[in-house]
Amino acid sequence: MLEIGLGHYLTVAAILFTLGIFGIFLNRKNVIIILMSIELMLLAVNINFVAFSAELNDMVGQVFAVFILTVAAAEAAIGLAILVVYFRNRGTIAVEDINMMKG
Amino acid sequence: MIEALAFYMFAAITVASGVLVISARNPVHSVLFLILAFFNSAGLFILLGAEFLAMILVVVYVGAVAVLFMFVVMMLDINFVEMRQGFLQYLPIGGVIGLILLVELAVVVGGWHISPELVAAGAAPTPDAQTLTNTEALGQLLYTHYVYLFQAAGMVLLVAMVGAIVLTHRKRTGVKKQVIADQLARRADESVELVKVETGKGI
Repeated sequence: MLEIGLGHYLTVAAILFTLGIFGIFLNRKNVIIILMSIELMLLAVNINFVAFSAELNDMVGQVFAVFILTVAAAEAAIGLAILVVYFRNRGTIAVEDINMMKG
Repeated sequence: MIEALAFYMFAAITVASGVLVISARNPVHSVLFLILAFFNSAGLFILLGAEFLAMILVVVYVGAVAVLFMFVVMMLDINFVEMRQGFLQYLPIGGVIGLILLVELAVVVGGWHISPELVAAGAAPTPDAQTLTNTEALGQLLYTHYVYLFQAAGMVLLVAMVGAIVLTHRKRTGVKKQVIADQLARRADESVELVKVETGKGI
């Protein structure tokens, strides 16, 4: 219990990842919260990478965590830009109203 | 002992703020709890010995991404109470799927072990913290073996920046702007008119 190992970190990451999935289902109307849930999931993945990097004594995990961070920042910027444009055009951000393409 | 206490504190606050991110009534509070989650995961990273990533997490996530979220939440004029409708409707299906996923992850986490060859076959062993700091070790790897990926990451950021500007930029009509070329091209004979006014009459 007091000896912190890889399993502890993986458990935290698993709970965070599940919370991200749960958040997407729970906030079906609010795109902003959905984007935040995606950020939570990426954070969980990063915790996994860094935990394995520390456990296996291998720096590559941290290098990849840096790249995930980069992609997450780009994704947030583009996602929020799309959200702003969408709100400007339609005056709403509810997911159900995003049906112009009838997909 | 101290490490275990620190781990449990960081982990508990991270998970608790993760719960509050997805369940807070006000999206502004959600963003603030997201920031709290990022700070505490930075603490977890420091416990794992990845100080550079911890600082990057604070700088990039808290300093840029979370503030971006905050801007957007405050800029959009949305009735967030209306957005909450259907929250309970999706609770069962979301709970079931989340539970299934958690059980699957628990099976994965509980049932695995690392083969000894894998530890020996590490691509880039972590250097001793006494001789080389985490930041230096990461830099020595990132700028040599992974330099192309590093450049590609820079390109991703550039494209994201250009894309965000192109998406949100708009030409606004009806805005008075100073056009210096027009001002310089103005001549006296086309802008000043002399009118001969007869005495005792107006124009």
